[in-house]
Order: sequence, then C-alpha cells, then structure tokens
Amino acid sequence: MSVVTNTTTIGAIDAPSRRNTELALLVFAVVIPVFAYANVGLALDGELPPGMLGYGLGLGLLAGVAHLAVRRFARYADPLLLPLAALLNGLGLVVIWRLDQSPRLIRRSEILFDSFSPDAPKQLMYSAIGIALFVAVLMLLKDHRILQRYTYISMAAALVLLILPMFFPAVNGAKIWISLGPFSIQPGEFAKIIIAVFFSGYLMVKRDALALASRRFMGLYLPRGRDLGPILAVWAMSILILVFETDLGTSLLFFGLFVIMLYVATERTSWIVFGLLMSAAGAVGVASFEPHVQQRVEFWLNPFADETWRQSEQIGQALMSFGSGGTLGTGLGQGNSDLIGFAANSDFILSTFGEELGLAGMMAVLLIYGLIVERGVRTALAARDPFGKLLAVGLSGAFAIQVFVVAGGVMGLIPLTGMTMPFVAYGGSSVLANWALIAILIRISDTARRPAPAPASPDVEMTQVVRP
Amino acid sequence: MSELTLTVMRLGFLAVLWLFVIVAVQVIRSDLFGTRVTQRGSRRGAENRPQQRQSATPPPQRQQSGGGRQRRGAPTKLVVSEGTLTGTTVALQGQTITLGRAHDSTIVLDDDYASSRHARIYPDRDGQWIVEDLGSTNGTYLDRARLTTPTPIPLGAPIRIGKTVIELRK
Repeated sequence: MSVVTNTTTIGAIDAPSRRNTELALLVFAVVIPVFAYANVGLALDGELPPGMLGYGLGLGLLAGVAHLAVRRFARYADPLLLPLAALLNGLGLVVIWRLDQSPRLIRRSEILFDSFSPDAPKQLMYSAIGIALFVAVLMLLKDHRILQRYTYISMAAALVLLILPMFFPAVNGAKIWISLGPFSIQPGEFAKIIIAVFFSGYLMVKRDALALASRRFMGLYLPRGRDLGPILAVWAMSILILVFETDLGTSLLFFGLFVIMLYVATERTSWIVFGLLMSAAGAVGVASFEPHVQQRVEFWLNPFADETWRQSEQIGQALMSFGSGGTLGTGLGQGNSDLIGFAANSDFILSTFGEELGLAGMMAVLLIYGLIVERGVRTALAARDPFGKLLAVGLSGAFAIQVFVVAGGVMGLIPLTGMTMPFVAYGGSSVLANWALIAILIRISDTARRPAPAPASPDVEMTQVVRP
Repeated sequence: MSELTLTVMRLGFLAVLWLFVIVAVQVIRSDLFGTRVTQRGSRRGAENRPQQRQSATPPPQRQQSGGGRQRRGAPTKLVVSEGTLTGTTVALQGQTITLGRAHDSTIVLDDDYASSRHARIYPDRDGQWIVEDLGSTNGTYLDRARLTTPTPIPLGAPIRIGKTVIELRK
C-alpha cells in the first residue's frame, strides 16, 4: 500500500449530539398535527378552524421548550424520542378536538351530565404540565444511576400507589382511580415507572443467583425452588390487583414487565415460559370466579351478541369503526367513531384513528410507537452500566406492553382493559407519566452516548492516585 | 368543501405521516452505521472498511496486534469482548477510562471479581495507552500476567478483570 493509505483513519464518529436532527424532526412533528387540524376543520365546517393558529403555536411552543431543555440538559440524547412523542401527543390533541366537535357526543354529554365541556383545551393543559414535568425530570435527574439508591423506597412507593385505589370507589367497574379533591389520578400510570426502577435495582443485584443456580431439564434451565420467590411474589401481587381492583391492564403490565426484565437480566428463556404459564393460570383462575372479569371476557368473545350490545356497545362499535375505515380511511373528521360514546376519546381513541386514517394510518401510528420502543431498547444496548440497561429495557417494555394491551383490547385481540393509549388518549395521569418516562429514557440515552469528559493532563492525574 | 379537496387532503395526510416514519427510520439508519473516513492525505477512499459502531462485535481479532498495515497504530476504541457487558465499546479520545463496580466508573463492571475502583486506562504523554491496576482485590491481568505497575497496552491484547475481557482496537 502507498503512503497515502496510511493517512486514512477510520473511526467512530465522535458522538455527534444530533440536536439539529431532533429540531428538524420536531418541526415536522408539529407541522403534521397542524395539517391534521386544518383537515378536520375543512371536513367538518368547510373552513379552516379559527383556533388553528393558537393551537399550532401552543404545540410549537411546548415542543420548543422541550427541545431547548434537551439541548441544555441532555445534549447527547437520542434524537428521535422527543419528536416521536411530540407527534403522538399532537395527533392525540387533534383527534380529541375532533371528537369534541361531534354533535352526538355533545348531546350524549348534555343528557348524562347536563353540560358539555370540550376536552381538547384540558388535554393541551395536561400536555403543558407533562412537558413541564419532562423538563423538571431532565433538570433534576442529573444521572439516572441516582435512582439506583432508591431501589427499595421505590418498591414501597409503587406498592402504595398500586394498593391505594382499592380504598376509593370503583369508576365504571375498575378501581384504578384515586380522587384528591377535584382531581382524580390514575396511580398505575406512575407506578409503572417506579416499579421499573425497583425491578432494575433489584435484578441488577440478584441476577447472578437467578441466572446461574439452575438445573438443566429438557433444554430449559429450571431455577431452584427458592429462587422462584421473587417471581411468585410479583405474580401474587398482580393477581391481587386483578381480584381487588378488577383491573386486568395494570395486572398484566406489572407482571409482564417483571418477566421481561427477568429475561433481559438473566438471559434465561425459562423465565418467559414460567411467566406465560403463570399468567395464563392466574388469568383463567381469576376469570372463573370474578364477575367483572367474566363480563369483560364475555364482551370480548361476543361483541355483537344481543346481550353484550344491550349492556355496552363500545367494543362492537369500535370494531365497526375499524371496519368502515378500510385501507385508506374515511378522512379526518368524516368518520362515525363517535358512536362509541363513552370513552371515545380516551380508551377507544385508537378506533377514531382506525376509522379516519384507515389501515395505512393505523400502521403508521403503531410504527411510531414501535420506534419509541426501539429507541428505548437501543438506549439499553448502548448504556454502559447494568442498572441503566435494565431501566431502559424496563421502561420501554412497560410502554410496549401498555400499547399492546390497549390496542389489542380495542381491536378485539384480547379482553378490553381500562388503560389509556400513551400520549394520544385523553387523560392527565397518562400524559404526565409518559412524558416523565420519555424524560428518563432521554436521560439514560444522554449518559450512554455522551463522550467521556476531556482528559486532564497526565501530571495532574498522577498526583491524584491514592494507594491504600 | 369539495369532495376532491378532502380526498387529496386525506391521502396527503397519510403520505405526510408515512414520510415522517420513513425520515425517522433514516435517522436510525445513520445511527447504526456511524463511521467516518478521515482523509489526511490527498487521495481518497484507499481503504474504506466500514465498521459498525456499538453493535454486536465480532469475536476478538488477535492478529490485529503489531499494527503491520497501518503505521499509525493508535487504537481508537476500547471493546468489551467477554463478560456481561460484551459488545460495549468506548471511543478513545484521550480521556481516562475507569473500570470498576463503582457507579461513576466509565465502564461499570457487574462482575463478582471486580473491585469498586478496579483499574484505569489512560494515555501517557506520547499517546501510548497505559493500564494501571488501582489496588484491586483480585487483580488485573494483561494477557496472562498480573499487573503490578502501569503497563502499556499492545493493540488487541486482552485485559482481564474477573470474567470481563477488554481490549483496545483500531
């Protein structure tokens, strides 16, 4: 080879911060909802909606603040997480606003509650609080490893959050709410983050015992009896949630998260097999005596039966709206998903997406969720400390399970549960908790991608070495 | 509003939505293949060997040591080739890399045989990378030899800490 060859060096890119990529994508992510907003207005009234400017500016302002916070506090963070989340939040706002315009829902609300108040402004306010929480987490959480100190405190906190709703009256058959004066909070949404912190702190310490001490049997590593303790405890806990709070979603989220993290921590497939068997046994067992769960399963199996239709036409209407959307959808503002009635803009918001954007739009929306999960797992791969790895996997796993549980429920794949679609569904707790979740993922990815600090001169370092 | 306008808007919106997804995937792609060829001479592209950054790394290539082909034999990255952190890479940019169980280490070892502040790797004044054991309980091994003094690291030589093996690569 010639001399010239030797002057070529190939190296990893020295950690670009990618902030400008993020900004460009963020602008794109704000323009799309504004476009959707205009589209809804044109379809419903034949003119551009009057609030379009204010709405677009509001969304742009929120995105801008979040971007500046990332630029300031997490310079090397993943460039995709924020735009993806912002786009989902924006699209959710548009669809909630679109459902606010529906005469059917307005009449329904006036009959039931004597008044109608639009949900979109409230959701915009929740988004603003969510972004504020996002900025606060980035500011206060300088390093995600700090969370490791609170492993057992977070266990206690998560238990309290999960148990609290038992003492409050059931709302629509599920005890997932706690009400504090005028506010009602879904603690399960926040518990999923806290529980992920506990699981990662716990598994990081215990994983060797769980991974190594095992016998091999039929190609599976069977753990020792006493190592089954933790998984049995978490399983019992999730069964208790199912029985006492009649909330399948939280129960599934809680147990699924533990199985995912156990698998990632120990690399043993046997945990997944055990997890699936145990959750199947638990679900069938509880469904055999708990009437609320039985009813949900009945609705799921026979959504169009007369009996189901008389009690709740939600699932049937949701399936109809997906069907009438077809491949390309009816167009924003031109569907009839408001027939769903109750919870059309929260639990069932996906069916509006399905009807008005069709299969094509639905796939795009699900892909955006998939990309968020992918970025989370990528962050876990890049993280340089085991706690960060497990936490990133746990948070993105919780996110993925939640999307699966809600989307599966609305589409009739699994029995419906009372969970909200992250970011798009109407609901303060959900928006706040998910912005906090994204903030923690951004913090971990910032630590993972950040180049090590600039070298001090070797002389200075020599004097710092203290030998025992 | 005319039917045609609404149809165009409907299809346009789907197109824009998908465009966003595709752009996002493009960003991911550039993240996966993040390498740069720096040309210091006059001719370009004599040896464009693409390398994946921070992905599953191939098995250690011991024959790289000696720096035969490239005269500038300076390593550019540190790769964990065995242990729970297998596949982790750290770009070497003249910084000191600390290894150990302590949470503020550059590479946090999750290894029963590692001490909290186990070893460090740093460049000396000539840019030669040095590994130094920081008084660990179970020792740091370069190839087979237990380290007693700060020792220069040959390219591709395995540094063993407990069950974790680290090496410097170009």
